[in-house]
Amino acid sequence: MSRMILSRFAARTALSVLALSLAAPAIAQTVAITGGTVAIGDGSAPIPNGTVVIQNGRIVAAGAGVAVPPGAQTVDATGKWVTPGLVAGFSRVGLMEVPGVEETNDAEADKSPYSAAIDIAPAINADVSAIAVSRAGGITRAVVSPGVGKGIFAGQGAIIDLGADMQPVMKARAFQFVEWGESGRGNGGGSRASMDLTFREMLRAAKRIAANPSAIDANATDGLMTRADAQALLPVVNGTTPLLIHAESAHDILQALDLRGEFPALKLVLVGASEGWRVAPQIAAAKVPVIASALNDLPASFEMLAATQSNIGRMKKAGVTVAIGMINDNDGQQARYTPQYAGNLVALTKVPGASGLSWGEALAAITSAPAEAMGMGDRFGSLRAGRVGDVVLWDGDPLELTSTPVGIWIDGVQQPLESRQTRLRDRYRSLAPASLPPAYQR
Amino acid sequence: MTRMFRGAASALALVSLVITTTALPAKEKKAEEAAPTPINENPYPSTYHAYPGVPTVIRGATIFDGEGARIDNGVVFLSDGKVTAIGGPDTPIPADVAVIDGTGKYVTPGVIDIHSHLGVYPSPGVRAHSDGNEATAPVTADVWAEHSVWPQDPGFSRALVNGGVTTLQVLPGSANLFGGRSVVLKNVYSRTMQGMKFPGAPYGLKMACGENPKRVYGSKGGPATRMGNMAVDRQSWIRASEYLKKRKSGKDYSRDLELDTLADVLEGKILVQNHCYRADEMANVIDMSKEFGYKVSAFHHAVESYKIADLLRENGICSAMWADWWGFKMESYDAIEENIPLVDAAGACAIVHSDDENGIQRLYQEAAKALGNGRRMGMNISDEHAWTWLGINPAKALGIDKWVGSLKPGKMADVVLWNGNPLSVYTRPEKVWIDGAVMYDASNPNMRPVSDFELGQPGQGDVK
Repeated sequence: MSRMILSRFAARTALSVLALSLAAPAIAQTVAITGGTVAIGDGSAPIPNGTVVIQNGRIVAAGAGVAVPPGAQTVDATGKWVTPGLVAGFSRVGLMEVPGVEETNDAEADKSPYSAAIDIAPAINADVSAIAVSRAGGITRAVVSPGVGKGIFAGQGAIIDLGADMQPVMKARAFQFVEWGESGRGNGGGSRASMDLTFREMLRAAKRIAANPSAIDANATDGLMTRADAQALLPVVNGTTPLLIHAESAHDILQALDLRGEFPALKLVLVGASEGWRVAPQIAAAKVPVIASALNDLPASFEMLAATQSNIGRMKKAGVTVAIGMINDNDGQQARYTPQYAGNLVALTKVPGASGLSWGEALAAITSAPAEAMGMGDRFGSLRAGRVGDVVLWDGDPLELTSTPVGIWIDGVQQPLESRQTRLRDRYRSLAPASLPPAYQR
Repeated sequence: MTRMFRGAASALALVSLVITTTALPAKEKKAEEAAPTPINENPYPSTYHAYPGVPTVIRGATIFDGEGARIDNGVVFLSDGKVTAIGGPDTPIPADVAVIDGTGKYVTPGVIDIHSHLGVYPSPGVRAHSDGNEATAPVTADVWAEHSVWPQDPGFSRALVNGGVTTLQVLPGSANLFGGRSVVLKNVYSRTMQGMKFPGAPYGLKMACGENPKRVYGSKGGPATRMGNMAVDRQSWIRASEYLKKRKSGKDYSRDLELDTLADVLEGKILVQNHCYRADEMANVIDMSKEFGYKVSAFHHAVESYKIADLLRENGICSAMWADWWGFKMESYDAIEENIPLVDAAGACAIVHSDDENGIQRLYQEAAKALGNGRRMGMNISDEHAWTWLGINPAKALGIDKWVGSLKPGKMADVVLWNGNPLSVYTRPEKVWIDGAVMYDASNPNMRPVSDFELGQPGQGDVK
């Protein structure tokens, strides 16, 4: 027992030393992380004894034989792993403090007259606990989507960073999100047919308005939506803004792909796609990227009858760009499950008959693939030169369950690893009687 | 048994008819009344039976025995549905038995999930399948989860093949203060619930603290507050105590399904499985259990157990926990990732549970996360010790530890052969035996069970 206490003390001391050494000022400086196993995040295999250099908030080099620039702060990563910051491919991080406490949950607006026009950016709050908790899990960027309130369009989502500052939004109005399939049919009038018609009529109205901007009125929109909604759909119909479309069944996916028959400019991204493997060649041919749930394997609904954990592996083999997202899956709180999900897909490579991902592909599914799906692969999601300086230093294989980040940089700025949770842990580490109640420990 | 009970009941009914029509002398009448209706305590008996297996030895694997011991290069021998031998490489094994080379692989007892709603909230999760909460009154101790269990839930197969789960407790939901009886199942598909029922396992009583009951009943006549929850609980135990007195008096009494279950708890025949998140509420429940003379077997969810791990140890109460669920509602706000290891380190009983049809497929991964978090704060926890959270601890909290939960000679041969260390994300079950019969074999597509629901559907029999 005394040995345990001693070793606990030792570990605590080691941790605080590390925390001190990482407690740098909140400005981007030149950092060289040396000697670690470096995984670029582009699908390639990890590189032993590599170096990553961050300068002016961006990656300048990563790999073997990279020189350390003079004057750089050096971080010894020997025995550790270095990856790009992880990306929550589809999430609601920053929109809710306690999902079940309605007044703290800004994901959906079911009392608003607006739908497609809703811009989620003003609701993203860097102070919500899930930002710090997710960051401590290695998540540095997230695709944040509104949830549908009324109608089938949820509104415009954002790309955020999870840095410990008050500027979380990297790109507002980065995409439009629409519910298709079972959840879309309800808001789309009660059947898939009315949902399909509603979608088409709303986009037709947006096109009419694009052709004649002065015609933005109730006639142009058939009373289907507000002027603001119609305007928000213009960049969708002309392909400037990606349209994330949540479809799970093979049928609904094919129907979604068919929308490009009438609206050829649509920049579609499939979200969910639990049965995507059944129509993977069609998705690949349409060059539509997918942000999928990694581990759906139950017929949780009638639109997921053929769900299998091999879904992503099979789509990948068919040539589809696939990222992992949190779709209706603790999307506000548990983005930190992302590496566990990726690791599970690697596990499948050892299961007879299953399709998984290689380690490099699995990491890419939670780094570069979501960035590419959003059309921002040149901005973040890998350690290739020019990307934002989002880097995570891990105490072991980042996809393994017992590993954790021990150093995090976002835009080149070192980040705290603390959260409410670590503070509570430290307060209750010992239950031995003390001279004051726990409330006095902080 | 059932037929006997029915016979006795109708005979008694006849007697009482006679009593009312023929005025017997007072003394004789009293004697007639003193014959209470015998209670059939097992009216829906298990018809589970083990499927045929062959005597099998697994050699060369690393064994976690479920009680905290590890054997490297071990030998496990399964025959007649039981673990018949376990030990090092020299363990004597009869000739002419099937030998499985376990080199580089791991063997554990089958995973036990103490908190599942498979069968009562099955897939697909359509409203017609929603059978887990009898949310019509805050006290429904009269309902039995087994009467909701749909044995065709596709979830059972995923728990088996991906999670190595061989035993699970299916509980009613937590809408009610007294949600009803739980049932313990063996994870073997059957045409009926009875065919899955774990023979001899005691019943559990699902109770719930906190937010859920007050949310559900706050606008339906109450309780609307935590103090209201406790008041209704205590009134119920008072009624149960009075009922138990009558039931034990030897005199006739009017049977009450609800009070039968509560009285069985007071007599120690049914184990209390109490949904409770907050430390302060658990402390209140512990005092209530002492006030009325029953014992809580386990607090479920228990995200704040780390704050009162000493109290839980002193009272011998297990905590069934997630590794890292947090913040989804107010009473889960103070959840921390080190809850399981802190409870364990305090010497209290720690259990990893799922409460989820997906989580049940990865309980071993939840244990691994908790293990890593504990080690990171300086605890010296071995892999084999962490397996007690999935092995002997849940078995004890369910009252079935004499049959399952560890690999000991004489116990049921519920065994998982893993294709690597089961505390790694890269590991999956390779073979699962239940009572000595192979029920899953990763290398044989015919050994993946397909529920009736999935038969003939897209993806039937696929690797999931």
